[in-house]
Amino acid sequence: MLEKADQVFVLLLHWLVGYLPAAWRPASGVLLCVVAIIAVYPTLFALAVLLERKGLGRMQNRYGPNRVGPFGILQPVADGIKSLTKEDIVPFNADALVHFIAPLMLVVAVFMGFAVLPMGRNMVLVDLDASLLFFFAMGASTELSVFMAGWSSRNKYSLLGAMRAVAQMISYEVPLLLSTVGVVMITGSLSLVDIVDAQNRYTWGLAHWNVFKPWGLAGFAMFVIASMAETNRSPFDLPEGESEIVAGYFTEYSGFKFALFFLGEYVGMFGIAGLGTSLFLGGWSSPLAVLSWVPSWIWFFSKVMVWICFFIWVRGTMPRLRQDQLMNFAWKFVLPMTLLNLLVAAEWRFVADMWLRWIAGMVIVVGAYVLMGRVGMRREHFGPRTYRYAE
Amino acid sequence: MLGEGILKGLAETAKNFAGSYVSKDRLTTVQYPEERIAPIEATRDFPFLVYDGEDWQAGLRCVACQICEKECPPKCIYIEKSKDKKPDYVGKPQIYPARFDIDISVCMSCQICVEVCPFEAIKMDTVFELATEDRFGGLLLDRSKLAKSNEYYHTIHPTEAAEVDARLAEEKAKVEAKARAAAEAAAAKAAAAPAAGAPAKTEPPAVKPAGGAE
Repeated sequence: MLEKADQVFVLLLHWLVGYLPAAWRPASGVLLCVVAIIAVYPTLFALAVLLERKGLGRMQNRYGPNRVGPFGILQPVADGIKSLTKEDIVPFNADALVHFIAPLMLVVAVFMGFAVLPMGRNMVLVDLDASLLFFFAMGASTELSVFMAGWSSRNKYSLLGAMRAVAQMISYEVPLLLSTVGVVMITGSLSLVDIVDAQNRYTWGLAHWNVFKPWGLAGFAMFVIASMAETNRSPFDLPEGESEIVAGYFTEYSGFKFALFFLGEYVGMFGIAGLGTSLFLGGWSSPLAVLSWVPSWIWFFSKVMVWICFFIWVRGTMPRLRQDQLMNFAWKFVLPMTLLNLLVAAEWRFVADMWLRWIAGMVIVVGAYVLMGRVGMRREHFGPRTYRYAE
Repeated sequence: MLGEGILKGLAETAKNFAGSYVSKDRLTTVQYPEERIAPIEATRDFPFLVYDGEDWQAGLRCVACQICEKECPPKCIYIEKSKDKKPDYVGKPQIYPARFDIDISVCMSCQICVEVCPFEAIKMDTVFELATEDRFGGLLLDRSKLAKSNEYYHTIHPTEAAEVDARLAEEKAKVEAKARAAAEAAAAKAAAAPAAGAPAKTEPPAVKPAGGAE
């Protein structure tokens, strides 16, 4: 019974595909999976938007939306109807074609990443050998659509936002990639399915999640920071800093195209959260051996939602960084930490002694963190400012 | 250590998040259509016309002097003077506004019309639920909509209304005293005239030397 619950979607797929002639089965199976992904993640997006608005409200001692439906739970529906019925405005000087394609490209690129994410036991659309690489390739192509949106709008704010977005995303792409290299080094595979399988083992009832190891912990922390910057989430939301550049690269978008950008951003968050979950938090595996009976897909989606809730929590806490702070943080702290983390991962791989590798790993990680926090992120004191008026 | 402040901040927001479900005091939002808070006394939004007594047309204090119309910065007041006259609060015959419109879609609530009105006829209202489906006509308030009783004025701005009432009463008393004095003088004159017709002629010479002396 529990086996069935775990595999319910896989069995459903086989049952549905079973009605078709054998020649059509592979293609229609893939199509059904795609439809499922396209149906599930926008639903989660609606849920996440509601959670975000309610949660942020509570963090600021407000109620949040509570008018549409009981406790405001139908707010996403109202938002959807509103954005669908709004006028679609294309600026007179805009490059209409690129302006039109940009949001579509963003959504497509973002959804492509889900093709390789294992969302449960046997629940992966394509089990690529280099699925991690594929995911990052797709993630990087969102930068293109962001820049297309900013460039085609013919608006200074759009362009500034797009420049910021590209600068930020490229800067954080490096630590994002490097933070995952440790996992690849230890697992010896670029396949996310293999990476999750490697974590789905238990010692003393506790799972072998990568985050429980010194290199995994450091990698996880850096991955979380880089993923926030990569998805343009607060405190790294400079590309759409409302108080500075209206809405950044989607200033000139309205109606459903705007909604597509919004969707793309959130679905991108789910994608990166799913990737981080698979890499560090054991994907669909349960944290304790005694909880293994819970269906694997419940574990995966609840971990993703917890991740999203953490993003919302951080957004409710931190103010936006300045451009120079952002760059300093990326190049002076996150990047050196991820590079050092490779050393820790190598040490973990090649030191056989159990205690030694734990102690050595922890010493390097914590020492580097403290040292770099002290030295690299030291605030420069320029003394009291004096002003001199022009004569 | 790096990140200490972030953890502190996260703890603070978590405390707010949890606290907002536990203590009602944290949620200061007033759930507007269901809950309301009484407006403070100094609240003001759009002008209205004050009238005394029961009948708004008879009691309207406005004398259509058009000062407010001229002073209004966004020019949202339209006044037409009447051809006939009606008695004002002291009983003096005055012209009245045959038409008095305020376009509240233009009004900027500056209160200048109130400041300049010499007759205490226009005051600021506190109503704010003025949304209407008719964008132009619905926001152009005419005399009948603008006229509100002095009692209403007392309910919305008690202190100010009391001051205004005191001032008007004082003025009225002054006018009445003057009228009484005039009446008395007239009566005295009337009483004196039939008694001695000739002495009246001697009066002008009596005044003249006094003027010359000055």
